[in-house]
Amino acid sequence: MSTSIKTLVKDGVWNNNVVFAQMIGLCPAAAVTTSGTNGLGMGLATTAVLVIANVLVALLRNIISPQVRIPVFVVLIASLVTVVDMLLNAWLHELYKVLGLFIALIVVNCAILGRVEAFASKNGVWPAFVDGLAMGFGFTLALTLIGLIREFLGSGTLFAQASQLLGENFAFLEIHVHENGGALLMILPPGAFAVLGFLLAGKRLLDTRRHSD
Amino acid sequence: MSFATLKEHPLYQPLLLGLMTLLASAALAWASSATRGAIAEAEARDLRDSLAQVLPENFADNDLLADNTDIDIGAGKPLRVYRARAGGAVKGVVFTVIGKGYGGEITVLMAVDEDGRILGARVLKHTETPGLGDKIEIAKSDWINGFGGKTLAAANWAVKKDGGDFDQFAGATITPRAVVSAVKRGLEIFARHKAALLAQKTEEHDG
Repeated sequence: MSTSIKTLVKDGVWNNNVVFAQMIGLCPAAAVTTSGTNGLGMGLATTAVLVIANVLVALLRNIISPQVRIPVFVVLIASLVTVVDMLLNAWLHELYKVLGLFIALIVVNCAILGRVEAFASKNGVWPAFVDGLAMGFGFTLALTLIGLIREFLGSGTLFAQASQLLGENFAFLEIHVHENGGALLMILPPGAFAVLGFLLAGKRLLDTRRHSD
Repeated sequence: MSFATLKEHPLYQPLLLGLMTLLASAALAWASSATRGAIAEAEARDLRDSLAQVLPENFADNDLLADNTDIDIGAGKPLRVYRARAGGAVKGVVFTVIGKGYGGEITVLMAVDEDGRILGARVLKHTETPGLGDKIEIAKSDWINGFGGKTLAAANWAVKKDGGDFDQFAGATITPRAVVSAVKRGLEIFARHKAALLAQKTEEHDG
């Protein structure tokens, strides 16, 4: 059991990372990562939905017939996201004002459907839960990293407005590195593709080195 | 009949799909009714906060949120106006104007006193480029406070690049240009419909 958890975590974070290995969920990975804080927010929201969707599908996997599984998954995920969106808006309104923009976008994140289809529909509740957490963590890591690099090069800050997302206690994360703005291009869409490309190349390079050793 | 053979029955799939959709709808209906009140409350609180931000402290002694009225400005949708009163007399009005920015509509909430002077302005909603155009937000820059005290006559309503009074941002001219022209249009609406805007009575609340 413990080895399988280790594999699941390793897969989610590195070997089979949603963004850097599976190359899915690239739309949010490119669109919202204009700052580290935005990447982190989107990552956390996606993780929550991914875990719940994985557990739900693992619970229902025996009654869902293969022929209609995709529409059932789509209905489940879309309803789940909408319910989370409404609950956050009602009871965690301050957080919703920061994250609200991202929540609706999760519906079209194929990483969720991908994990539900590839993993949760074939595994038990506990492994599906761990897989959701691990994949979500890997996704969060990737988005935060892309966001931080773009933010650093583009606006010269790190984790700007983090206290709005995480609360005043996390104000120490906000760092102004340099004042002169930086390369605007990195904040704009091309910057997302450039950073993503370099990070992908870097990961491949590391993996090749490791295998040839 | 075992579950495995039942699953192969042609009726199983439409029934499963129907059941799932029914359960999903039930969950949505529950969530919607459970959160409607709290969401409306939270949005009213947001609006009240924004209203308080565009007015000087202790400017009004009434509940602006309740003291609202729709005024026909001859352009399709009527204008929702919140009145700020002191001792029952209308001292100023608060309303939103919409500008066409670089990334879409920019909603600006502005407060104007009875003489047509701007008391304050805030951007409520926008989709401008982060790090560039978003300096119109008070959280990012105090640029928007530059409108305070301005009137239609005593200001040059354009960004500096176009020969006006208002700063543009490095790399973003369209966004501040849109906000400046939206606020200017707000003042023009005020000038044109001053009597209706400042009318002492509202249907809901008789001073």
